[in-house]
Order: sequence, then C-alpha cells, then structure tokens
Amino acid sequence: MSVWRRTLTTTFAGALLGATACAAQAETFRWGFQGDVQTMDPHGLFETMTLGFQRNIYEGLVIRDDKMEMVGALAQSWQNVEPTVWRFSLRKGVKFHDGNDFKADDVAFSVERLRSEGSDMKVVAALIKETRVVDDHTIDLVTPAPNPILPLQLEIFYIMDKQWAEKNKAVEATNVKGGDEGNYANLNANGTGPFMLKSRQSGVKTVLVRNPNYWGEIKGNVTEAVFTPIAQDATRVAALISGNVHMAYPIPVQDWKRLRDAEGVKPLTGPEARTIFLGFDQQRDELKGSNVKGKNPFKDVRVRQAFMNAINIDAIKKKVMRGAATPTGLMIAPQINGFSEALNNRPSYDVDGAKKLMANAGYNDGFEVTMDCPNDRYVNDERICQAVASMLARINVKVNLLAQTKSKYFGKVLAQNGYDTSFFLLGWTPSTFDSHNPISSLMACRGGEDKLGAFNLGGYCNPRINELAAMIQSETDQAKRQAMIEEAFKIHKDEVGHIPLHQQPLSWGVSEMVDVIQRPDNVFDLRYAVVK
Amino acid sequence: MEFLFGFSNFMLTFIAQRLLQSVIVMLTVALIAFSLFRYVGDPINNMVGQDTTIEERVELRERLGLNDPFVVQFGRFAINAVQGEFGFSYQHRRPVSELIAERLPATLELSLVSAILALVVGIPMGVYTAIRRDGLLSRGFMTLSLIGVSLPTFLIGILLILFFGVILRWLPTFGRGEVVQLGWWTTGFLTSSGLKSLIMPAITLALFQMTLIMRLVRAEMLEVLRTDFVKFGRARGLPDRFVYFKIALKNTLVPVITITGLQLGSIIAFAIITESVFQWPGMGLLFIQAIGEVDIPVMAAYLVMIAFFFVVINLIVDVLYFVVDPRLRVDSASG
Repeated sequence: MSVWRRTLTTTFAGALLGATACAAQAETFRWGFQGDVQTMDPHGLFETMTLGFQRNIYEGLVIRDDKMEMVGALAQSWQNVEPTVWRFSLRKGVKFHDGNDFKADDVAFSVERLRSEGSDMKVVAALIKETRVVDDHTIDLVTPAPNPILPLQLEIFYIMDKQWAEKNKAVEATNVKGGDEGNYANLNANGTGPFMLKSRQSGVKTVLVRNPNYWGEIKGNVTEAVFTPIAQDATRVAALISGNVHMAYPIPVQDWKRLRDAEGVKPLTGPEARTIFLGFDQQRDELKGSNVKGKNPFKDVRVRQAFMNAINIDAIKKKVMRGAATPTGLMIAPQINGFSEALNNRPSYDVDGAKKLMANAGYNDGFEVTMDCPNDRYVNDERICQAVASMLARINVKVNLLAQTKSKYFGKVLAQNGYDTSFFLLGWTPSTFDSHNPISSLMACRGGEDKLGAFNLGGYCNPRINELAAMIQSETDQAKRQAMIEEAFKIHKDEVGHIPLHQQPLSWGVSEMVDVIQRPDNVFDLRYAVVK
Repeated sequence: MEFLFGFSNFMLTFIAQRLLQSVIVMLTVALIAFSLFRYVGDPINNMVGQDTTIEERVELRERLGLNDPFVVQFGRFAINAVQGEFGFSYQHRRPVSELIAERLPATLELSLVSAILALVVGIPMGVYTAIRRDGLLSRGFMTLSLIGVSLPTFLIGILLILFFGVILRWLPTFGRGEVVQLGWWTTGFLTSSGLKSLIMPAITLALFQMTLIMRLVRAEMLEVLRTDFVKFGRARGLPDRFVYFKIALKNTLVPVITITGLQLGSIIAFAIITESVFQWPGMGLLFIQAIGEVDIPVMAAYLVMIAFFFVVINLIVDVLYFVVDPRLRVDSASG
C-alpha cells in the first residue's frame, strides 16, 4: 500500500501545488459537523452550535474574542448608567451585508423580534423590559431589576437589519410551525459579520464568503467556507483523513489514535465547559422503578453521600474517557464565571466508607433503582452509566440501566413528562458562562413562583439557594457576588444535591493545512481560521 | 376492434380499482406510521434550546397540536396529505413537500444508476456462469456474489470509503459533489466531481441487486439450456453465440424484468443505508435525520411516499402482465 500511496500522493501533491499557485488569494475552508445548523434565523433557536455558526454572519453588541474575553462588537462601550439601565454606545459606520447602515433602531427592532411567537429566545427578551433609542448610535436597555451581567447575557443576542426584515416579511422570528410569510430569514441572512451567506441547502450544504466591507479586522485568511453536516462518525473521520474536509467534529475518543497515526491530520482536544453529572429524585415519596416501598432512599443525604464515595472517577477517566476528561467537584467548569478552586475537590473514592453510610441509613443490603441515561448526547454517555452501575454494585445497589437515544431520554426525564426519573446522567454548559445559570436552572428548588429549577430533574431543594439565586442575579459588587455563588455551591456540595463527574473533552479533528481556535463551548469561529 | 375495446375498458376498471386500493394502502401505512411515532421520542426538546422555559415548551407543544388526541392528529394529517400538503418540517422549518422535491433528484439518480449497473453487470455475469459452469472465473464470480449477498450494505460502503477514499484517495468520501440546476431538478451527471461522487454509493447500492440478478439469470439459463428447443437449435448447427444470446437469454428475461421492476422499489427504499454512509443528500438521509430529531411531518411524508412508489411500481408490473400474458386478457374479456 505504502509505495502505491506515496507515488499517488506525490502526483497529487504536484497537481495540488499547481492549483494553489494559480489561486493564491482564494482560501476555501471545508468542515463537517455531526448535525446541521438548524436555522439561519438568529432568533430561531437558542442552541450553542446554531448560534455559534450564525456568529460568523450576525453580530451582537458584544462578543468573545479568541481568548474568550468579552469585547465590543456592534457596541463600542457600555455602562450601567442607572441600576436598571444599561447604555450602549454603538459603533459608527457599520453596514449590513446588503449595504444598509446599522443604527440603534435595528437594536430596538431585534429586541422586539426576540419576543415574537416563533422566537426561541424569549428568555433573553425577558432580560430587557424596554428599549430607549437615545440617538442613532446610542441605546438604553432597561432591565426589570438591576442586572450586573446583562452584557454577558447578551453575547448571543444578534442584531438584524430592520429594513431588510420588513422588506422580506421577516419581522417575526422563523416559526417551526411555518407561516404565511414563508420564513425568509430561515434560509437567508443579512448581518454585519465577517462572513456573508452565499448559499444554503438545509441538511446538505451551507456556503459562506468573506465580507469585503467588514468594519473590523478579520484575523484569519478564509475567503470561502463550505460547511457540510456529516452524521455518521465513520464517514466524518474518513472525510477528514482523506482530505475531503479540513476539519471535522466531534471525533469519537476511540478514533484519536487513528488520527495521530494518519498523515496530515491530528486530533485537537481540550476540556469542554460542559460538566457531566448524576442526579437523584429527591422529590417523590417513593421512587419509581425501585424495590424500596413507602420511602425514597435518596431523601437521605447519607445515601447520596454513599453514592458519591462509591464512584471511582479516576477509573471512569482512565477506562471510559481514555484519559481525556477533567474530574470535577463542582457543577461548573473552570472557564465559568464564579468558579472556585477551593470547592472543586472531590471526596476520595471509598467503598468501605460508602458501605458504612449505606448501613447507617438502613440499606445494608442495598436496593434497586432505575437509571436514565442518553446514549447519543454526550461523549461516551452510555459507557459512563455502565461504569457507574458496576461501581454501585459494590455497595449492593442494583442499577437497572435505561440508556436510550436523546429524543427518548429527554422526552422522559424533562418537565413536560413530569420529571419521570429516579437516577440520571445529564450534562450542562452554562450558556452565559456565568454561575447564575446553573444555580438557577439546575440547583434551585423547582416549581416555585420564581420559576427557577426548570432543569433540576431530581427536585433537590434548599430554599436558601433560591434566595441566593435572586441575590446573585442583581448583585453588582463582584466580591459579594462571588461569595454568594460560593455559598450556593457549598450548600449544594455538602448536601450532595448532584454528583458532578467531569468536564468532557472537546474532540475535533483538524488537517495540518489549517490553524483553528477551539472555544471551550465547542464553537468554531471562522474569523480566526487560517488556511496555510 | 371489439376485443380492443373490451380490453381497454377492463383495464380502466382494473387501474381504477388498483388506484383506490393504493389510497387505502397509503392511508394504512400512514396510520401505522403515526401510531409508531409516539414511541420515537419527544420532538420538542430538539426544537428548543437548553434555556427555553417550561412554559414556552408547553406552549410550543400546544401550538403544534401535539397535545391533541391521536385521532385528531391523524385526521388532520390525512386530510392535508390527500391535498398534497405535508406540513412543515420541525427541524428545517420549511414545507416538507419542498424538502422532498429538493432531495428527490439525488435519490432517483443514485437509484437509477444502481439499477442500470446491476443489470449491465449482473446479466452478463449470470450468462457467463451458466455457460462455463466449472470455469475458474465462474467460481470467482460465484464467490464474489456470495460476499455481495451476505455482507451488510453498511460495511461494504465503509470498506469502499476506506480503500478508494482514504487509502488510494481516488474518490470523494461523502456527498454529491458539484451539482447543476436544471429547473427544479439538480443533477450530478454533468460535473466530474458529481460523477466521481456517484461511483462508490452506486456500487454499494447495486451490489446486492447485482448478485441477485446474476444468480437469477444463471438459474434460469441453466434451466433453459436443458430444454429441447435449445438442443434442436444446436442440432441445426446454429452458432453458440446465437443459441446463448438470441434463444436462451431471451427466454430467461421475463422473470428478470419482473424481479428488476419490483426491486426498483426496494432500491429506492433501501437507499437509506447507503445514503447515510456516504452522506448522500437524498430522501433516505432526510428520513434518517428526521428520525433522530423526531421530525414527525418529514417521517410521515417519507413513509407515505415510499408506499406510493411501491404501489405504483406494483401497478405497472400488474399491467405489464396483462400486456405480456394473452391468457389473462382472454379470460377477463369473456368473463
């Protein structure tokens, strides 16, 4: 094979060299991802991958740069002029791709668009009570309550051109149910960003071209970018190794070695900001799918502690994750605002201690419990669950594992199905990169008037965390705020509200012909990509 | 004249009957499909982001009519489907009919090339193995055909990608290459990257049918070669070539045509696996993606359409029987 291969490669390389010499200016970047960008509408879906892709076309008031620092994009500066008013000074001389000028009106329009029926970003709209256009390049955003982190939360709020939207009947966000207007913004785009949408065939191919009139500097040299969703793992890896794409992700952890052995490609990995954790039903009086009748063993903190101690996280890291996970004691990753190194330690792996705790709680002989687990959502999710099940067997807990595809799994365990789970595995990346998000969504008591805890699937509840969540939301003093965040994490940790496992690895495969920057939220930013 | 009139009259009744039946078949398929969808999972979670509130999720469910009773949901679907309206894809946020029209050319081109490939290679191989039963090459073909029948399509596709795509780097490993727009139809036949991209998926999809046709032709040929008229032909001193191709092969082709016609339906339907291995942007891939995302409107429309293809192909085959076999005509005309 190798002689054949070398001859061929040389021939092809010669041909390629000739080709690149002719077109030194045009740098086409091709990449593949397991799924498609679901829509081109910047207000249609609040999902990291989709918003991350759109960031190449649309821009928000602020943006994270290549070091994940918050910098101005369409806003040049911003300040909290009153506790509930944020004033943004907008960049002048910015034009949308169709040539229209960018003005404060467009920001006000985009906020309204967030509130329309089809919008999936009403959560973001709810952060803003009112918009006041001061002049063409100044706008005030009024919040319902003091909100120190508003700019942080607005990073994924992209601005659309009012005139363009009106002209094309796209003043409302793309509706999944469809509408008379034909959802123009779903397939077309007109932002201010460094790339313009050239063509799109949903589920097949999306082509972007560099914006020649971009207001800022584009660090990378890509002039054209072709994005293809490639669903099958094997096909995606083959496309990368054969040179059909410059980059493909995610790459199965078990294929890293193949990439290292192959010529011209390498795995690009790092810790993702996504934390994987286990949770227990602490709400029901009797567990579903358990042999313990009349009571719920997970209401006893000793049982939860015993589970925590019985899990050998190093074994999961080594055997299941092939060394590529970062064990964690917290529900957040180090990249998240509010992280505390002191709280990040885990109790040591201790089966005997766990057995004692179980005996003290009256479960010397253990019990039986059903565990819900997705099998296509997180890196090696099902295998982690299998490992957990075998570890818990040592403290006599018999786990009946129900691992299923994500649609089935989420359909079962989420709110719409009444949180139907006793013991589960879940992963979470705070979309704002701030601790307030997991504290209010995952850790606060659910079902209250404050509407917190929507993803607290196990119903862990300590009212103090809800109090803290409200205070963290509006505290402007950073030191005080940090202390509140740490208090919330400490309570949750002492009471073993969940069992944090690890931050999963990012797993990209890249050709040595390109340089890319890997963000910890698994987003690929085209403006920093360089084709060599 | 009299006979022709009776025939066409009968044919019209027959076709009308079959069309009526086919509507029932399609409705039944839709009903079965619909009752299965509730086990596929919850579509809502794939349509919203992580931070979408519970209230919004509930509202979206309501808006899409997913809370309605099964009968109401199915009734709504059936009434719209009869009018050719398949609703909006949850995932793509576009009309399903538009999506299918966009993906249809890719699947049909792939299926057509595969079917031709299967015939053009399968028939000569079948004839050859029948004539030179004990030849070395024949044994080789037979072994190959065994592999073709027994290896799963998925594996064949992956192996082809590995060999011709990754190791030799002759052919693109995924997709359809550059396509040319001809009205609403897109074709990959007119560009070199389109043709190159077609090779591996077409072979993968054709392999099973090819071996099937080869074995069928071989068996039929062996039977025909034993018959008296072949022996008499030989005794008359006709050249071998004439005996094999003009006499024997012609008599084996009737069942081959029937099977090929019926298999065309399965080629289109089974393109799912090939399309997903090669990320071939056809209807099968659309369907696979729809299952993953619980895109109910797309799944329903695809299944109904495949049912329609099968019904139409069966109808054509039935009509062909009438044309080919005179006895059927006479019986029905007199009766």
